[in-house]
This record gives sequence, structure tokens and C-alpha cells, in this order.
Amino acid sequence: MRHVISLLIENESGALSRVSGLFSARGYNIESLTVAPTEDLSMSRMTIVTTGSDDIIEQITKQLNKLVEVVKVVDISEAAHIERELMLVKVRATGKDREEIKRTADIFRAHIIDVTDASYVVELTGNQGKLDAFIGAIDPALILETVRSGVCGVGRGDRVLKV
Amino acid sequence: MVLSGAEIVIRCLQEEKVEYVFGYPGGAVLFLYDALFQQDQVRHVLVRHEQAAVHAADGFARSTEKVGVALVTSGPGATNAVTGIATAFCDSIPMVIISGQVPTAAIGQDAFQEVDTVGITRPCVKHNFLVKDVRDIALTMKKAFYLARTGRPGPVLVDIPKDVTMQRCEFEYPKEISMRSYNPVVKGHSGQIKKAVQLLLEAKRPMIYTGGGVVLANAAEQITRLTRLLGYPITNTLMGLGGYPFGDRQYLGMPGMHGTFEANMAMHYSDVLLAVGARFDDRVIGNPAHFAEEPRKIIHIDIDPSSISKRVKVDVPIVGDVREVLEEMIRQLEAGEVRPNPDALAAWWKQVEEWRSRRCMAYKNSDEIIKPQFVIQKLWEVTGGEAIVTSDVGQHQMWAAQYYGFDKPRRWLNSGGLGTMGVGLPYAMGAKLANPDMQVACVTGEASIQMNIQELSTCRQFRLPIKICNLNNRYLGMVRQWQELFHGGRYSESYMDSLPDFAKLAESYGHVGIRVDRPADVEGALREAFTTYKNELVFLDFQIDATENVYPMVQGGKGLTEMILSAEDL
Ligand SMILES: Cc1cc2nc3c(=O)[nH]c(=O)nc-3n(C[C@H](O)[C@H](O)[C@H](O)COP(=O)(O)OP(=O)(O)OC[C@H]3O[C@@H](n4cnc5c(N)ncnc54)[C@H](O)[C@@H]3O)c2cc1C
Ligand SMILES: Cc1ncc(C[n+]2csc(CCOP(=O)(O)OP(=O)(O)O)c2C)c(N)n1
Ligand SMILES: [Mg+2]
Repeated sequence: MRHVISLLIENESGALSRVSGLFSARGYNIESLTVAPTEDLSMSRMTIVTTGSDDIIEQITKQLNKLVEVVKVVDISEAAHIERELMLVKVRATGKDREEIKRTADIFRAHIIDVTDASYVVELTGNQGKLDAFIGAIDPALILETVRSGVCGVGRGDRVLKV
Repeated sequence: MVLSGAEIVIRCLQEEKVEYVFGYPGGAVLFLYDALFQQDQVRHVLVRHEQAAVHAADGFARSTEKVGVALVTSGPGATNAVTGIATAFCDSIPMVIISGQVPTAAIGQDAFQEVDTVGITRPCVKHNFLVKDVRDIALTMKKAFYLARTGRPGPVLVDIPKDVTMQRCEFEYPKEISMRSYNPVVKGHSGQIKKAVQLLLEAKRPMIYTGGGVVLANAAEQITRLTRLLGYPITNTLMGLGGYPFGDRQYLGMPGMHGTFEANMAMHYSDVLLAVGARFDDRVIGNPAHFAEEPRKIIHIDIDPSSISKRVKVDVPIVGDVREVLEEMIRQLEAGEVRPNPDALAAWWKQVEEWRSRRCMAYKNSDEIIKPQFVIQKLWEVTGGEAIVTSDVGQHQMWAAQYYGFDKPRRWLNSGGLGTMGVGLPYAMGAKLANPDMQVACVTGEASIQMNIQELSTCRQFRLPIKICNLNNRYLGMVRQWQELFHGGRYSESYMDSLPDFAKLAESYGHVGIRVDRPADVEGALREAFTTYKNELVFLDFQIDATENVYPMVQGGKGLTEMILSAEDL
């Protein structure tokens, strides 16, 4: 099962390697991991997308909690939550492809944020499925690069991860 | 008061009431050694190899309840310390390791004796720090000691660049410490405890299984009270030996790979299992799938939530300090009216006694050749069962665990989790310094002792009258046993050729060496060591039966009930 784990961690150097080291040392999967400081600069928020049986996910959250610098851990995928990922796709855009890509971008509510006479950079946010769908909708031969940020997540409504 | 970083480190050690630092100097820690030199509150023990420094500090911690402290230089000093750190980590031993680092400006430049110590040790410490500013030293040291001794204990490393030890700042040692990201649970959930007590009282085939957590929590008294109150059988893991008195009728011996028949059968066929500060290690429950076949309810008390339901599914988890939780259980039991069902308990004890009557620890003694079990039994007699016994890793370790009856905690020091050959002598050094009035014996093998034999020199310098009992079988005995049983008797590289004359070797370090060849001389030699040479280190080199194996045995991957009880079972 796929799970989205959010955590708050002290913003110390090496904190990220403690988390990533834990996953590799114990053989847990990481699908994606994103991290950046929060509004309180002494803390970072991390979103980890992982897969595993219930037992493994239980161990993952326990092991994360055990890290001395980890302040709080929640599995936000246990209840209603929102996931978003940012993607930048550079595509070859010449001739009639230019119009076609523009149209597809509009349908996905993506933005074209860089234009040259031969290429576009398309910016798109959404859940993983939407980004995958966009990639699927574009002729693979036109894709020059794709950059994805990995998933950020937050619980819906009253569920707040805060110290 | 304005002090240098080095002086601050030493002042912190003084504030923490550290008596001994085990260490080895080098370029990156010269200022620290200079500061050590200029005071006499914290004493330094100069070992002969950094691995031994960490082990000795670890042995000091195991035999007391204090935090062990080691000090090593950057680069090779730190890498030599890694085995010691990992050993302490696997057995949850509270320690602070201070390592020197190259100056901050040189970090990342492939400087002389630079290694990423924080990176290398990260997976085998409870936590570690790189101190980049002299003003952070005091708080970091405070945190290090706090982290090492609270919650699930463990080693904490503090890496300090040389320039930071030179810089100066105002020193004040923090009185209190709190960390928003670290709040170990101490008191158990009272609802869970209530459920556990109820379950225990309803049990028909109850069993108590305790481990290193009882020793670490100093809860031997509480577990003993609870066990007697309930009248249930109890087993102590290799790490938990001495948690419950060996000689007591309710004690079934050690469980696991080389545990007793009765302990393993009772573990397996219990209907309610109370696990206390024990982590269902693979050497204890064997194959977890086989263990899970028999239905039973499990209550698990542990301070580390990640120990619970890790290898076996637990029905009543209780997160908290063993001592606190046991106190509460005893309170609830004593306050309640309900007592264990006497009929069910009698029937269960009848079964347990039947298992016990197999006398799985019996062995055939000999007049011709020294049996290792006999040496350990004599060691127990001669020391009145009151010694601190350290061991290395191998067959001798198991015989010491099986045949030296430990009645009290912190008397048995060995490496259980990592299984590190070479710990025995440094553990004995740390234990002897911590307990100068106690007898300290190191049970070892001719292979293990050579992994830190250089410490005979340290023992001479610091006058440590340890008694080394070398069960010399000329083999990597434990390896040979597996090769005999599971690899067709092909003894690949397990013979120890070209052994030194250990008695002479000990003498050359200024100690007493005695070689013992005959069973009839075992007791006399031991008495000589503990009385005539009371104040000397004595190296007793027992030439034992090279073919002896450790039984009972549960083969790796097998279930607890699938024991080989003796060579006849093969
Ligand atoms: C050659 C060899 C053979 C071995 N054979 C055996 C064998 O036959 N039988 C055997 O038992 N072992 C054997 N071992 C040892 C085995 O590998 C494990 O080290 C050992 O079984 C673990 O012991 P434990 O479960 O008591 O846990 P420990 O490693 O001692 O862990 C202690 C547990 O208690 C918890 N704890 C710590 N402090 C507290 C506290 N204050 N409050 C609450 N909980 C706390 C910790 O979180 C941890 O979960 C062998 C080792 C070697 C090297
Ligand atoms: C550092 C280290 N290397 C290898 C091993 C694997 N090992 C376990 S027991 C053993 C043999 C120990 O021989 P000895 O000290 O003579 O003890 P004996 O088993 O003969 O009593 C070995 C090599 C280990 N535990 N530790
Ligand atoms: Mg040997």
C-alpha cells in the first residue's frame, strides 16, 4: 500500500541524511521525499511517499519518531488529505506542435512559463495522477526533459501537523 | 568564566561526575589532552587501541548504571572506535564518545586524518553531533549525556574540530535540558497495564520473559517481586541474565538458540507471555513463523515503541520504563482480590517440571580432559557466585552464560547484539575500575582474546587484577561447531594454528600466567588466581576438550521446539 508520511524535523545539518539513511539501512521504499523549511525556520517539513504492508508502515513511523531530531510524524494518507506535486516539462515546440501543446496545457490548466522559437517549458501542479496523465497526453518524442518535485501533502480540514 | 573549548569539554565531564575517560591521544585532540593534564578530577585510562577504549567505557557503563566515556582522535582514532560504538549501540548501552576532528576550515578538504565521523557513525549511534562553534559545546555535551542515559539508552558521539577546542568563550553548564523533539515515555499507560494484569491473572500457561531492559532499568527487584507474587515461571535472555536469581525454583534458565529445553518449551507453549525489556531477537524465538503457529497472547513492556510488534505481533503493548510499569503492575495486583488460578497453575508447573526433568544442561565430565562447563562451574564455586564475569564471543560465551549462575544484575557483561569478539578483556578493565572491590573474571577463547590482547599492557599500567580464564580449544570453536553440524565437518579456516604460549605472554607483560592441562588442577589454579595472586592479573590458560559443543541448540531458521539437546540427537 502507498502511504504519504509527513514529518516535522529540526532544521539541523545532517537531518535529511538521518531520514534517508534510515530508509536505506532498513530497506524501506522511498518513492519520493521532499523537504523545505516551514514558517518557523528552525524546523523543516518533509513529505515521504512510501509503500509497504501495514506492519512495515508501522515500523517506519516508529523508526522515524525515534530519530532524535524528528519532532512529529503523521501518516496523512490515513485520512482525507491533499497531495500536490509540481512538474516542469521542457518540450520541443515547432510547427503545428506549438498549437497542440498549448491546447493540451490549457486543458490540464498548466502554464507555459518559458518560450523559445523551438521549445516551451510547461509548468503543471496537481496530484501524481494528473501529472502522469499530462505526460501521457504529449508525444514522447517531443519531451526534452521532465522535472518533478515529488509530492507535498497536507491533511484536510482540522488535521494540522504543528508543534 | 572564559575557557577554551578543550577546557569546557573537561569541565562538562566534571559536571557530569565522570570518573574515568578511556582514550588515546592524537593531533586533533591535543588541546583536550592538555586540558585533561591540568586537572585531576577526571582520570584518563590510556588504552592500547581505540576499540578497547570504547569497550572499556562500555564495560564501565554495563557494570554500573553510569554513562561510559571514551575519547579518540580524528581519522583512524574514530574509525578504530566504530566497532566499540556499534557494540554498545546493539546492546543499548549509555555512552558518550568524544572524537577529535580536523579544524573546521579543513573539513571537506581531504585533510590529514579527516574522515566523516558523523557520517560513518550515524547508523550505529543513538545520536551524534558535530560541534562547529565553541559556544555550542556545553549545551551539546549536556544533550549528549541526557540522550545517552534516558529513554532507550545508547551511545552518543560528539565530534569536535580542533580549532573549536582552541577558541574561548564564557562557560556555563546548563542545569536543565529539554528537547521538543525528544520526550521518551516513562510511565506506562494505566489502562494498558490494567488489561495486562487481567490477562496475566486469567492465564493458564503463563510465562515471563525478560531481557536487557530489566538490567538497564535497574528493575531486578521489581521483576523478582512480580514473579514471586504471581508464582509464574521466568526466563532471562542472554542480556537479561541476573535480572532474576538463577538459583530460584521459578527460574527456567536462558531461552533461545542455546537456552534450556524448559525455557524454550514454556515460551512456545505459553498461553500468556509477558515480555519485559526483551526484543524477541532471532536468537531467542528462532523462526518467527514457527513461533507464531502456537496461539498465545503477548504483553510487551518496552521503552522503545519500535521494539514492540517488530518481529512478533503483540496484543497488549505497554510503552514505558520497565521499573515504573512493573511498580504499577505490582500495585494493581496487590490492590486487587483476584489471584492466579491455582489448579491451572499447578498443572502448568507439572508440565514445566517434566520438561525440566530432561536435565538438558547435564554434561559428561572427564578425568582426562578438561571440560569447559566444569571450568565455569568451578569458577562459580571459587568466586562464590559473586564475581563480575565478562566474556568474549563464541562457545566459551555460551558456557559462561549457561553454567555461571548469575543471581544479580550487572554481573554478566557480554556482547549480545553485535557479538563482538574482543570485548572480554576491555569489559573487564572497565568493570574492575568501576568496582575495585569486586572479583572480575574474563571468560574468553584463544581466538577472541587475541583481538584485544594488547590491553594486557593497559592492565599492567593501571594495576587491574583481572582473572582471565581462557577456554583454549585451539579452534574458532563456535565456527567449528557450525561446520561440524551444518557443513559436513569441513573445518574451513577454523583451526587456530601458531598460538602463543599465553602464560609466558602474560608474564612478559608483567602478569602471572598459569597453564592448566588436567581437570584435577582446575580448581587449584582458580583458587591460586583468586587468593595467592589476588592483586595480580592472572592469565589462566585452560587446555580444554577441542571437540566439545554447546548444547542445547536451536539451529538458525528452526523453531524453538526443534532443539538438539545433545550430540545423541544428531
Ligand atoms: C554467539 C551468540 C549466541 C547467542 N545465543 C543466545 C541465546 O541462546 N539466547 C539469548 O537469549 N540470546 C542469545 N544471544 C544474544 C542475542 O543475539 C541478543 O543480543 C539478545 O537475545 C537480546 O536480548 P534482549 O531481548 O534482552 O534485548 P536487549 O538487546 O538487551 O534489548 C533491551 C530491550 O529493552 C528495552 N529497554 C531498554 N531500557 C529499557 C527501560 N528502561 N525500560 C523498558 N525497556 C527498556 C530496549 O528498548 C530493548 O528493546 C546470542 C548472542 C551471541 C553472540
Ligand atoms: C570480530 C568478530 N569476528 C568474527 C566473529 C565470528 N565468530 C563468532 S564466534 C567465533 C570463534 C571464537 O573463537 P574463540 O574465541 O576461540 O571462542 P570459542 O568459540 O572457541 O570458545 C567467530 C570467529 C565474531 N563474532 N566477531
Ligand atoms: Mg577457541
